[in-house]
Amino acid sequence: MTRAALQALWSHWRRHPLQLLTLVVGLALATGLWTGVQAINAQARLSYDQAAATLGQDRLPRLEGDLTLADFAAARRGGWIVSPVLEDRLPGTGLTLYGIDPFTLPPTPGGVMPDLSDPGVLRAFLAGELVFAAAATLPRVPDTLPEGRVLEGLAPGLVMADLTAARRWLGAEGITRLLFDGGPGTPEALAETLGARVERPESDGDLARLTDSFHLNLTAFGLLAFVVGLFIVHATIGLAFEQRRTLFRTLRALGLPQRRLGWLLAGELLAFTLVSGTLGVVLGYAVAAALLPGVAATLSGLYGAGVAGSLTLSPLWWLSGFAMAGLGMAVAGAASLRRLATLPILAPAMPRAWARAQRRTVARQGWAGLGLLAVSAFIAALGDGLIAGFATLGALLLGAALLLPPVLLAVLDAGTALAKGAVAQWLWADTRQQVPGLSLALMALLLALAANIGVGTMVGSFRATFEGWLDQRLASELYVTARSEAQADEIAAFLAPRTEAVLPIVSAEADLAGAPGEVYGVADHSTYRENWPLLDALPQVWDRLAAGEGVLVNEQLARREDLWPGTRLTLAATGPLPVLGVYSDYGNTRGQAILGLATFEAAYPEARRLRFGVRIAPGEADALADILADRFDLSAEQVVPQATIKQFSLDVFERTFAVTAALNVLTLGVAGFALWASLTTLGTMRLPQVAPVWALGLTRAELALADLGRAVLLGLLTALVAVPVGIALAWVLLAVVNVQAFGWRLPLLPDPGGWVALGGWTLIASALAAALPALRLWRMPPAEMVKVFAHER
Amino acid sequence: MLLTVENLQKSFPSADGPVPVLRGVSFSLAAGRTLALTGESGSGKSTLLHLCAGLDAPDAGRIVIEGRDIAAQSDAGRAAMRRDTVGLVFQQFNLIPSLSVADNLSFHARLAGRDDPDRDAALAERLGLAAHLAKFPEQLSGGQQQRVAIGRVLAARPHLILADEPTGNLDEATGAAVLDLMLELVAESGAAFLMVTHSERLAARLDARLHLRAGQVE
Repeated sequence: MTRAALQALWSHWRRHPLQLLTLVVGLALATGLWTGVQAINAQARLSYDQAAATLGQDRLPRLEGDLTLADFAAARRGGWIVSPVLEDRLPGTGLTLYGIDPFTLPPTPGGVMPDLSDPGVLRAFLAGELVFAAAATLPRVPDTLPEGRVLEGLAPGLVMADLTAARRWLGAEGITRLLFDGGPGTPEALAETLGARVERPESDGDLARLTDSFHLNLTAFGLLAFVVGLFIVHATIGLAFEQRRTLFRTLRALGLPQRRLGWLLAGELLAFTLVSGTLGVVLGYAVAAALLPGVAATLSGLYGAGVAGSLTLSPLWWLSGFAMAGLGMAVAGAASLRRLATLPILAPAMPRAWARAQRRTVARQGWAGLGLLAVSAFIAALGDGLIAGFATLGALLLGAALLLPPVLLAVLDAGTALAKGAVAQWLWADTRQQVPGLSLALMALLLALAANIGVGTMVGSFRATFEGWLDQRLASELYVTARSEAQADEIAAFLAPRTEAVLPIVSAEADLAGAPGEVYGVADHSTYRENWPLLDALPQVWDRLAAGEGVLVNEQLARREDLWPGTRLTLAATGPLPVLGVYSDYGNTRGQAILGLATFEAAYPEARRLRFGVRIAPGEADALADILADRFDLSAEQVVPQATIKQFSLDVFERTFAVTAALNVLTLGVAGFALWASLTTLGTMRLPQVAPVWALGLTRAELALADLGRAVLLGLLTALVAVPVGIALAWVLLAVVNVQAFGWRLPLLPDPGGWVALGGWTLIASALAAALPALRLWRMPPAEMVKVFAHER
Repeated sequence: MLLTVENLQKSFPSADGPVPVLRGVSFSLAAGRTLALTGESGSGKSTLLHLCAGLDAPDAGRIVIEGRDIAAQSDAGRAAMRRDTVGLVFQQFNLIPSLSVADNLSFHARLAGRDDPDRDAALAERLGLAAHLAKFPEQLSGGQQQRVAIGRVLAARPHLILADEPTGNLDEATGAAVLDLMLELVAESGAAFLMVTHSERLAARLDARLHLRAGQVE
């Protein structure tokens, strides 16, 4: 009996292969995008963990501050077991150089350490003739460094070298930290002696914390794509259930117990889950592999985080992919299985009544949608933190999606009432009748469009603000880095008579309100007075800064520590200083402060004066750069025209959002597929509604054209609804999520041109989605159409 | 003659090759006359009706309506003829579910450009539908839906009305009442009326009868 029932159930899918394809592909897409994003996140976290675990820093306290080798020597003499580490970016490579002292390095059980047991290797290492890096990192090690050797397990983007050699290559005088592995007292006691601070090891490293918001963004996108995919699965399962009502009724009338029928259907769903889950996990791998290099570039550009560009798969990842597919199928299939449990044995098969019943739920959906929008506004007004930001987004998107069908029905009602002519009136009314059947696909389309508009507006606003900010921030025409302070003096003396101004760029690492940051010193010059992007400032801010009466802070620091003009910031080197102003500082995740040059030099006398900006007539900058390069033997990295830095910054920016753009396109693709699948399925179901109109005198070509027009109309209306939702989404991203995630707030700059273009693409996508069903209708043999009048369908 | 059918042939493809359904059917029908088309299941009645309506094209033979051979017409030409000259009533009613009863009633007439609201109102009154005009087809009984289908045809004032078992889905009493009303209104309109039916009793009420057996006129 079970075998016969299974055969009968399966026959539905054999006769509806497109529906089967829709179901499998829908779930595979949903699972694929979700698992793809998870794979990227997992890979990045693995890299962060490797980075955090380097040299055992994930378990040892670290002393940080203005430390020198003399401090290290003093500590060792005092009986403290410490080891010096120098860590800095290798300019222009995106790599981080670690300088270590192999003799004092604490043992790291299970940790990654170069094997220096061979005296030859040890000698080469100490002589600065050998460095270590992971295999994937080695090709990126610049030629200026010596031979590289593979050290598997080392975090991506890290190069390990001897401390002395590293100091030479980086031009560093101090050290970054001391690793603490014991001694006569606590790390705090030693820190007090050395004037340093103690950083305790944490389970997640700095990078993990810094990049949390980025990964949360990715996860949110993955979840959105998953939900959009589930819409497809839910719609397909619901439809297949209704189409098989007659079969269920017959099977039960023939003696199949309801419980067994339920189990068979659940088994069917499980089989689909296994097939779709496998496809989805494979697809997810492909998505992750395709996007990972972009993500790695983004993370490197944004946070300086090294992430391996290739995937490492774990069984857990596979299992989680299947679990997600199963969860999706359970969510999508639960309603149908519940209905089966309560299905009266004599319930008639009414696919059209199913569509009508869905219409009845529209009003309830509308109220639920309004409620969710209210919840979203409530959280936006009162909530705090990144989770609240995403909760606002979630409630906004879901509320808008639920509200879409009632809005569409209201518009189409109005259209029907206003339509002139029988065909126009039928078109409007028929479109209205299609809304319940298409509502899930249209909701998916709305979500994808709103995400596109919202994220697009955010990126556009960011880009415009960022470009304007770069113009202000990079006011000097030329940026020069000398090899030594002596050479810097020579260059400055050479430039003084030939240029409008030579502006020193000096900085020092410092503790800013409890977190590491940078302090800059700026000269009193009109370049800053006219260009510096101040968001808020006290009167005569530049005069007061030059007079040493206060400090400027960047927006991140101001928002994080609530340091606005009128408050005070305490620097270890200066004591408390009034905050004179706040400036925007996009692309930087750390706190930053600016002092007048004289104050800075007094507070940080050890800061190296190697860099300066040169003001000169823009047309003369390139010629001067050539002269400087020749005269002082400076490389292209040491004399950089403003345009090059701007281009580099904009490239970083574009890379940063490349992944977002790719996910946007993928989500839209899933929504387009949902629309196509729904229109194709409904195309067959709708024949009884279309055939009478054909019989009354419309040609198949006219009906096909009407079908296309209907899809385009629904696409257009959905796109129109998506615009305000997308703008609201952009506002939440800019005013809530960005502030929480990055520490800066951006103005919302509308992009009507982009919205119109997206609207155009939506119309094309809707027409394409409807093209196949319309073509099928156009080409349908009259004998097929006539069957409508001969049979109950 | 309003309708002339000459040597009509039609077959449908099957796995075993073409299956002939109509094999040289000929007959004619004058304006104002009624004709019953009877025969067993599979004898080709519905196919003949569909061909006369221009819903499908014959393999051979001629169908001439008001002097025009519709078998020779293009798809658009046949659609225009259905819109302007022919009216159809189906066993399944085939109303347009998205339109109200009032809009369904006037739909065909508006397509044909012959809409007359006064006449529609009078028709609705006679068909007993005046109280249901704002409703949608799904809210009506089978008999009411068939009356809407009949009203839709009559409102368009076609010259030829083709009905495919119009009372087949109704109980006997309702069917008889509907047919009475239809014949009365058809007589008033002066249109030619061709009705497919299984029922000898119903066929007897029309002016003439054509019996099909295995695709041929008996």
